[in-house]
Amino acid sequence: MVQGPHPAPAVSSRPHDAARPVPQPTPVPVVTPADVVRPSGVPGPVATARTVASTPATGAQSIVRSLEEAGVEIVFGIPGGAILPTYDPLMDSTRLRHILVRHEQGAGHAASGYAHATGRVGVCMATSGPGATNLVTPIADANMDSIPMVAITGQVGASMIGTDAFQEADIVGITLPVTKHNFLVTDPDEIPRVIAEAFHIASTGRPGPVLVDIAKSAMQAQTTFSWPQDFALPGYHPVVKPHAKQVREAARLLATARRPVLYVGGGAIRSGASAELRKLVDASGAPAVTTLMARGALPDSHPQNLGMPGMHGTVPAVAALQKADLIVALGARFDDRVTGKLSSFAPHATIVHADIDPAEIGKNRRVDVPIVGDLREVISDLLPELAREHTQHGKPDLEGWWRQIDDWRETFPLGFTEPEDGQLSPQHVISRIGALTGPDAIYVAGVGQHQMWAAQFIRYERPNSWLNSGGLGTMGYSVPAAMGAKVGAPDRTVWAIDGDGCFQMTNQELATCTINEIPIKVAVINNSSLGMVRQWQTLFYESRYSNTDLHTGHGTARVPDFVKLADAYGCVGLRCETLADVDATIKRANEIDDRPVVVDFTVSRDAMVWPMVAAGVSNDEIQYARGISPAWDREE
Amino acid sequence: MSRHTLSVLVENKPGVLTRVAGLFARRSFNIHSLAVGPTEHDEISRITVVVDVDELPLEQVTKQLNKLINIIKIVELEQDSSVQRELLLVKVRAELAIRSHVLEVVELFRARVVDVVPDAVTIEATGGPGKLDALLAALEPFGIREIVQSGTVAIGRGSRSITDRALERVHRSA
Repeated sequence: MVQGPHPAPAVSSRPHDAARPVPQPTPVPVVTPADVVRPSGVPGPVATARTVASTPATGAQSIVRSLEEAGVEIVFGIPGGAILPTYDPLMDSTRLRHILVRHEQGAGHAASGYAHATGRVGVCMATSGPGATNLVTPIADANMDSIPMVAITGQVGASMIGTDAFQEADIVGITLPVTKHNFLVTDPDEIPRVIAEAFHIASTGRPGPVLVDIAKSAMQAQTTFSWPQDFALPGYHPVVKPHAKQVREAARLLATARRPVLYVGGGAIRSGASAELRKLVDASGAPAVTTLMARGALPDSHPQNLGMPGMHGTVPAVAALQKADLIVALGARFDDRVTGKLSSFAPHATIVHADIDPAEIGKNRRVDVPIVGDLREVISDLLPELAREHTQHGKPDLEGWWRQIDDWRETFPLGFTEPEDGQLSPQHVISRIGALTGPDAIYVAGVGQHQMWAAQFIRYERPNSWLNSGGLGTMGYSVPAAMGAKVGAPDRTVWAIDGDGCFQMTNQELATCTINEIPIKVAVINNSSLGMVRQWQTLFYESRYSNTDLHTGHGTARVPDFVKLADAYGCVGLRCETLADVDATIKRANEIDDRPVVVDFTVSRDAMVWPMVAAGVSNDEIQYARGISPAWDREE
Repeated sequence: MSRHTLSVLVENKPGVLTRVAGLFARRSFNIHSLAVGPTEHDEISRITVVVDVDELPLEQVTKQLNKLINIIKIVELEQDSSVQRELLLVKVRAELAIRSHVLEVVELFRARVVDVVPDAVTIEATGGPGKLDALLAALEPFGIREIVQSGTVAIGRGSRSITDRALERVHRSA
């Protein structure tokens, strides 16, 4: 643990501006900025400057027109029998750019990456049956991570529904538990209203995926199209404005706590609350922890940012939560990967929990002060109340708390040891990618060890620069999500930090990237195995490596050879096997901007993710490295 | 665990019951009984669901139900401020020799005979779960052939209507 790239930051360091505007994509000229939805905006009609009087159209034309008027610019998808009528008018649309992917799962994750990088609604399209079922994984993924997404699927003709027709699947039934809402449309007249509602539901309140399944017969029928549309959603009223009394109580607690912690979750990113959050952190003087979903919500360079809490969090972040007397949860959901054994999580803490979703409040941990609202509104209301408390009672003395935290930071900085087998250390590779590419890039991880290292060892300075599959933990997320992110933010460098296992699940989208000139960069952190599973086998299954060897790395058969694979897809393929080559290889990859780059970093398979709280164990049992646990002060 | 009765007003649309039932199943909430029917307004259906949960999980049930887009309103109906009824149809063996005893029980519980054949009668009864259980216990010795029972339906006491405001919402959003 000698090479920590993250020593305790100097107290004087000035963080970057977290609220830099995201460059807007302009692949197709668009008349109205109608879909520039706030990730969790005020409910209301779909904002559009245009009014389209009722005009005759086919259902298929009505779908395309609705998407256009909803402000969509990009659709990721694959045509097939039941969606075919819609692909015909789509061909003539000058406002929609359709990107033909190679697998529907790629379309879904691309829409998700696009949404995550831009804050706009991501759109994917597929045909009935297998086309639709292939979307299930990315839809479930978006549901867990609160990504605004609309999926349009074709369905067999209305008269055939329920007959086990060719390519029929009850996709509304299948996606019922993994969507925010879904619709089956058989009446062509309903198309514009349902699509307008789908975008409204996906983008307001707690964002999430909405699926619209449209019967082929409705696409082929004659109907009329008009815009805007009135919603018929009597049961949908997301609460945006927080309750003043609760906010006052939160301010009082935050102004008087001796060991407060701000527990910042992905809601801070979704609500676009980074600027407000920054003010709250500064005003309160309290330490903040940023969860896996919130990396970048507060700059890592901010001296009060303790980094990531949870199973692979930093010791200071985990310890601060455990020892806190007050936790202010902001758009976080007390996930099991953060709390460890729930009954022993933060035993001394009073809990303030602010979230847009009332069902999250009190779901896992009993809450003392519940606040329902959009996080940006919540923090904006909290700031003046906190200032009032400070004026009346003075700022709280947090010096002792910070002394304790700084001690943890000094003793347990994030770090790693060089592998003993002489292979590259994955942590070094990932931290150099971050250092040489900088905080304006977008980093998109798959799931596993490389994901944790990318969360730990890249320094995030702005929101929407770190994309990963947090809730569902979807291996294969990285390449298609990076593709979607690059389409949404073409001026930003996009690095997919992937594993050799994950990469083999969705790398067919490299074809989409090459053909459509979407120059993403992929770092395959190749340890020739399913690394995280292997780590658990090392730790909990007596190093019996059942089915985790992938034969892709150094000294193996190299099936497939990732450099040759990259070449076959029209990408630049690079390989890096030695420490001396790391920086030069990354620089070379960063210089290529006319096509995708795949770098095969062959790394040690014995590297493990530390710190670690084993599953189901108390956070007090955190191990800084194998067999090394902090000796907690017994002052209490 | 305690028993709670929820009145759930939903949009009268296909698939809404599936959404409600599916939510209970996937969140591991235990449904004791469920009854669905129309209301005085075409646009609104009413689901009465009786659940066995503690106070805290009940809050979670309500919150999760409220997240369903087609659900307009949820009201918990307390036992003492509402009328709660189930409907029971029970087929009991009643040969001539014992029929008068069976009818005596029917009388006692203010139930009704709705079908008679030489060797059996079918009895209709409404009431709370306590009364219907007692009726069944009283009929048991004669030989129960078949039972069908509805879920609980419930309505608040007094003049206030829970559907009125829900209807306003429907009309406002349309």
